[in-house]
Amino acid sequence: MAKSNKPIFWSLFAAGGTLAAFLAPVLALLFLMVAMGHAPAVFSYANLHAFAANWLGKIIILGVITLFLWHAAHRLRVTLHDFGLRQDAIVAIVVYLTAAAGTVLTVVYLLRI
Amino acid sequence: MTQLKKRMVQLEVLRYDPEKDTEPRFQKYEVECNEEWVVLDALNAVKESLDPTLAYRWSCHMAVCGSCGMMVNGEPKLSCHAFLRDYEGVIRVEPLANFPIERDLVTVADDFIDKLKRVKPYLIPKEKKTIAEGEYKQTPAQLMKYRQFSMCINCMLCYAACPEYALQPKFIGPAAIALAHRYNLDSRDGGRDERQEVIATDVGVWECSFVGACSEVCPKAVDPAGALQQVKVASTLDWFKERLLPGGSK
Amino acid sequence: MSRKPYVRPVSKTGWWLKHPRYMRYMSREVTCVFIGAFALLLVCTLERLAKGPEAYASFIAAIQGPMSVMGMLLVLIFALHNATSWFNVTPKALPVQIGEEFLAGKYIIGAHYAVWAIASLVVLFFAGVI
Repeated sequence: MAKSNKPIFWSLFAAGGTLAAFLAPVLALLFLMVAMGHAPAVFSYANLHAFAANWLGKIIILGVITLFLWHAAHRLRVTLHDFGLRQDAIVAIVVYLTAAAGTVLTVVYLLRI
Repeated sequence: MTQLKKRMVQLEVLRYDPEKDTEPRFQKYEVECNEEWVVLDALNAVKESLDPTLAYRWSCHMAVCGSCGMMVNGEPKLSCHAFLRDYEGVIRVEPLANFPIERDLVTVADDFIDKLKRVKPYLIPKEKKTIAEGEYKQTPAQLMKYRQFSMCINCMLCYAACPEYALQPKFIGPAAIALAHRYNLDSRDGGRDERQEVIATDVGVWECSFVGACSEVCPKAVDPAGALQQVKVASTLDWFKERLLPGGSK
Repeated sequence: MSRKPYVRPVSKTGWWLKHPRYMRYMSREVTCVFIGAFALLLVCTLERLAKGPEAYASFIAAIQGPMSVMGMLLVLIFALHNATSWFNVTPKALPVQIGEEFLAGKYIIGAHYAVWAIASLVVLFFAGVI
């Protein structure tokens, strides 16, 4: 049987999972504060725009969103398989296309800022 | 002389006679046991005094041969390693999960044996030496690198615990891949490329989703789950090397 | 003597309900739904930010309120669950051998928690929270 091509998706899953492990809790906390009406200073239009306008900020935002998306996509593919949805090829196409769309949109929006 | 403490033990055993039954059924036994006995001893007492037709595998009675794997109260255990003192009430004994039932508690292990053969679980020396040329030398540190994974007794409890094997019978499985890894890590071995052809496939390590049940039930602390993640890391590095480096992964 | 092996059926959808260890596994895996949803939220935030101050302001207003609080709380809980389960298994996937011994898992896990704490504090600092 031919060797698998899962490694590319798995490495994105692993990198994304590691990044999410370190960063997702604190980022979720920041958005929780926004939801509660106590948005931290960074969420002012001026501050967030300045961050996203900066080239380093762009790299960070792109890195975080992309890795989170591809991590979630691969893990969701496996989880749906575990929940009994066995049409793996179709599920894979749907989840990876969604992640790809999210990635492309992120680049497009970052270029507008 | 101290009296050996006795205990009446109730067993509910899954029976299956391929010549008579269309499907398995439970049968209850009640047998007097010593308090310090294991489930295997209780089965032997049943076979000796109540029902000689009960079929099951066992051999060493000390958790090194891997023969007596079965489900005890729904958990994969070596019956020689399942102490009666840890159980209350009726003890449910069934054949090892995820394998076809041959008869009573005897499973058809052919699938595992076949997969074991496919991963080439033996030394394929890097450089062949004649006897005259002497031994293959190895430092203690080189030994420790793979030693944990060499402890596998092929008992198949990990296959019984693995839900991915339950859902996809083609999955090569925890023990076979962990054993391939044991040889891949051996400094004397040069057969990694051959084994990768088998384990770096979609039914090889990539069917694994790191549930980790295999390591939880392993009686020899082999940690097959850890081995499989290490195989994933190594296989991923291979995948990139083959595509990015001029010489491939050589 | 005739052989007629019996194959026991396994539920493709409900197998994970049969044992606590499988339920724990599933709870770890479904964190991806919340991480993924959160990432999509970040994409939306970016889109609104690119649109301009008014669009961004109404977006921030829209993600306030009890429903959002519940949603973000769920993301936080599942993000934490992902983090702890991820750190705990890292020593198994990436063992560190020093001489004849292996570095005890607790040091690798401890180092991860330390990095996580520092990273979180750094983010909170730059966000203006601390």
